[in-house]
Amino acid sequence: MRRFLLATLFFVVLIAIWHFLVKAGVYSPVLLPSPQSVGEYLVGAARDGTLFQATGVTVRRLLVGYFIGIMIGLPLGLFTSASKFVEDTIGVLALGLQTLPSVCWIPLALLWFGQTESAMLFVVVMGTVWSVVIATDTGVRNIPPIFARAAKTMGSTGLHKWTKVILPASLPFLVSGMKQGWAFAWRSLMAAEIYVTILTGFGLGHLLHYGRELNAMEQVIGVMLVIITIGLLTDKILFSPVERFLHNRWGTGLR
Amino acid sequence: MSLQEELQGLPPAKLAVESVSKWFRTSRQSVHALDNISLEIAEGEFVCLVGPSGCGKSTLLDIIAGLEVPDEGRVMADNEPVLNPGRHRLVMFQEAALFPWLDVIGNVMFGLKLKPGLRNKERLEVAKFFIQLVGLEKFSHAHVHELSGGMKQRVALARALAPNPRVLLMDEPFAALDALTREQLYSDIQRIWQKRRKTILFVTHNVREAVCLADRVILFSRNPGQIREQFEIPLPRPRDINSIELAEHAGEITRALKGYVTGEVAE
Repeated sequence: MRRFLLATLFFVVLIAIWHFLVKAGVYSPVLLPSPQSVGEYLVGAARDGTLFQATGVTVRRLLVGYFIGIMIGLPLGLFTSASKFVEDTIGVLALGLQTLPSVCWIPLALLWFGQTESAMLFVVVMGTVWSVVIATDTGVRNIPPIFARAAKTMGSTGLHKWTKVILPASLPFLVSGMKQGWAFAWRSLMAAEIYVTILTGFGLGHLLHYGRELNAMEQVIGVMLVIITIGLLTDKILFSPVERFLHNRWGTGLR
Repeated sequence: MSLQEELQGLPPAKLAVESVSKWFRTSRQSVHALDNISLEIAEGEFVCLVGPSGCGKSTLLDIIAGLEVPDEGRVMADNEPVLNPGRHRLVMFQEAALFPWLDVIGNVMFGLKLKPGLRNKERLEVAKFFIQLVGLEKFSHAHVHELSGGMKQRVALARALAPNPRVLLMDEPFAALDALTREQLYSDIQRIWQKRRKTILFVTHNVREAVCLADRVILFSRNPGQIREQFEIPLPRPRDINSIELAEHAGEITRALKGYVTGEVAE
């Protein structure tokens, strides 16, 4: 409770500073709208449904892209960790592509797929997959060899070894890899939505883009706040419980 | 296989090491880890391998476990050549090597689940029996990191005993524990071994530990790893590591060991 209050206080103070900066008239209200006007925009956009609709479109794209990315990245990562040949081929490819910022996929996606959902999805998947491959690979390589030896003496081989030893043993790495994958997916999607204008769905990135076009700074900041909030919530709801579980089991983490 | 049979234990196995040699080759050098080792271990015998570090005793244990392949010679377990790790020869390592994603009972169940012919209820029964045998029934659902070093090794012992192996291979399992915990484990392991006869091969560099536990102590020297001498330990059990007779035996073996180590330096 105390922690909650302190955190709340922190954000209240942050908004208060923002409020007084605007009041003091240091910056033009066109460039820095007041917290009230941002709040009014958010309430208005929530009332007429644009905000929820956009959030829905964005989150659906994100989930689909992320899911596909994991489904491809996880097995690929297992393969690169298991075979020297795959490591030298797919592994090197993954390492290279991971360093490519996902925005760089947009021109290619636009030419290949046009202004379609597929282009959007492609960018998100490309943003996710390689970091998941590398995290999975790192995870398997960091398993203490003693686990493999112990499992081997007890007769664990083949599929049993992979599902009952290697996967659970690399879980802490896999989860941080999935978390990183999520962050990459989110960034790629926002980039894609800002650059790819399509008619099949109007996402948060589009709202942000049109905020700029209309010089509506309260919309720009409002949508940014929504994006931050979604990021925070997924972390707290999706990943935090899993991480807590792991810390609990492995006895890692301080405190 | 019935539950009763499982809990009674299988007859221990006979081990025979036949002219085993092993080299470790790296790009820079070749280490002659084991040189023409021959050794017989009877059913239910408790044998300790003692020697300075780097004498190849752990390598020999790995070869008997089937984790390493010898360059020459072979290992026979009950007249069958050892080619792979197998359920009948389980290993306890210096680190407990427990799986942190499983709780205590989950760890003890791991090997049991790989054993065919048992129902899950029976497996659970067996696991509980062995957790009780090592005195950890209150910790069945504890997480691995919540256990002390000694408790972890007890769980590792229960995990190795549960699938009912006929040979137990122990690679310095108590080396990382404090003296008091170790002494407690010496009496535990003697009690358990008398109750459930296994052929045990125990690797250590602690001579007193070897004398306290073994029927026979085998002395190794290094460069290359060779068997130098064997000592029968006729002391009655249970043995107390602090007893005078035990210290006398240990003294004799230590002197012999020192002879080989200093001789090796002089060579």
